[in-house]
Amino acid sequence: MLFLTCLHCGLRSVEEFRYAEIPTVPETMTDPQAIDLDRGFFRTNREGEVTERWFHEFGCRRWITVRRDTRSDSILK
Amino acid sequence: MNEFVESKVRLRWPEELRSSYDVVIVGGGGHGLATAYYLATRHGITNVAVLERGYIGSGNSGRNTTVIRANYGVPEAVRFYQHSLELYQRLEDETGRWIMHKEKGLLWIAHTEMGLRAERARAALNQAYGSDTVFIGPEEIKAICPQIDLSGGGRYPVLGASYHPRGATARHDRVVWSLAEGAMRGGVEVHQRTRVIGLQVDADRILGVETDRGFIGAGTVLLALGGQVSTIAAMAGLRLPIRTHPLQAFVTNHYQQGLDAIVASTELLFYASQTARGEILIGAEIDRQPSYSYRSSYGFLSSCAGRALVLLPFLADLKVLRQWTGVCDMSPDYSPVMGPTDVQGLLVTTGWGTWGFKAIPAGGEAMAALIATGVVPSLIAPFGLDRFVNDRTLSDRGSAGTQ
Ligand SMILES: Cc1cc2nc3c(=O)[nH]c(=O)nc-3n(C[C@H](O)[C@H](O)[C@H](O)COP(=O)(O)OP(=O)(O)OC[C@H]3O[C@@H](n4cnc5c(N)ncnc54)[C@H](O)[C@@H]3O)c2cc1C
Ligand SMILES: [Zn+2]
Repeated sequence: MLFLTCLHCGLRSVEEFRYAEIPTVPETMTDPQAIDLDRGFFRTNREGEVTERWFHEFGCRRWITVRRDTRSDSILK
Repeated sequence: MNEFVESKVRLRWPEELRSSYDVVIVGGGGHGLATAYYLATRHGITNVAVLERGYIGSGNSGRNTTVIRANYGVPEAVRFYQHSLELYQRLEDETGRWIMHKEKGLLWIAHTEMGLRAERARAALNQAYGSDTVFIGPEEIKAICPQIDLSGGGRYPVLGASYHPRGATARHDRVVWSLAEGAMRGGVEVHQRTRVIGLQVDADRILGVETDRGFIGAGTVLLALGGQVSTIAAMAGLRLPIRTHPLQAFVTNHYQQGLDAIVASTELLFYASQTARGEILIGAEIDRQPSYSYRSSYGFLSSCAGRALVLLPFLADLKVLRQWTGVCDMSPDYSPVMGPTDVQGLLVTTGWGTWGFKAIPAGGEAMAALIATGVVPSLIAPFGLDRFVNDRTLSDRGSAGTQ
């Protein structure tokens, strides 16, 4: 199971957190309607290094930013 | 002994890759192979290659908990999965191969007022759209599955259940092999250890695929890639409504008494059934983080086993034999994504998440019909990529084995 370090609470199980993607709409997309749709439903789903946000729902209820490799789940600096 | 024992599956692997095919299917899982199978057997289209990076069934099609059911949560899905369930019932006759298909009946247990409402609604909706699901009370539950502790350890009392008598299981490897054999018998080539590393597109039209064995031209390319679909689709500039999440499962050692039914509980977040070898097979929800990692965790095992024990106390006497993980192509509305894309000639069958094993025959049949005729069959029309653009998403938590 993945463990994340909360700045306020220390190392905690991922079960305490809620995931939030940082939407990465392609720069070539300019139509506002298309951008909204992309933010709503379409994902980069990168196989590799990502930057993401997690909400410490069952803890301090604050947000943290995490760098992670989705191939191995290792946390990056 | 039975009539199938003597007829071993014969897989005739081709040696050479040709420089082009009419149809290239990327991914040798159930969905890719079923599409190839139906292209050959229903449409006489055989200039087809299935390209698989490892061995066939090495993805989720060989890692799942093999539950086949049609008790879904939206009309479009009930119709689609009911058709698939019926195709599964005939698949042994059709392929002449024993896939160990067995009807077991599926109990979906409710422990709260809210759970009761959900299971009553499931039964009513299923009946309205042609799938067999009834609501039953604790006594009937006990008669179907005597092992269930109706007190739910005190905290999860069993108040009722929806019962789906047609719920079944089948041996996943055999499904994969039977479809591959049937496709190859019809003239389709299935190439293992052939990895796609790029897609070639010219002016919004697919030209073929780049592989670690060279370029292969194709008029039509179908991506049937399970959890890897986004990475490959991106090579054609395509963004998909897919996030990849790990899903874990485990089996115990042999249970002598026999657990006949498939048992599921939304509130306890697990489901269990017995394999032909007598092992108890237990599955649950996806891991929280989007990830391509196949690592299994003790955290999942202990928490899931603890929840299963509440309803099925006999599990306490068993030992865990194996635990494993697959990576699932999760769609935002828990419904599959099948059909054309913005790139001409490039099709996808994805969004199979944690629920696509039961859909292998119907998904393959529909994708084959689409490739052969160019027309999206009405059964899968609601599941196109265009639903996200047209505000027609099909939110269906009934997809997940635990909802
Ligand atoms: C633990 C678990 C339990 C499940 N339980 C159930 C269940 O009880 N009932 C149910 O209906 N569903 C269940 N599922 C879901 C089901 O297994 C999948 O939805 C289904 O198998 C998807 O089939 P597929 O053919 O789309 O994908 P896959 O079987 O994953 O096939 C994709 C194939 O593509 C190959 N591939 C990947 N990248 C490349 C590349 N670059 N080039 C060439 N080939 C490539 C892979 O090796 C793989 O063989 C479960 C899944 C898991 C993980
Ligand atoms: Zn915190």
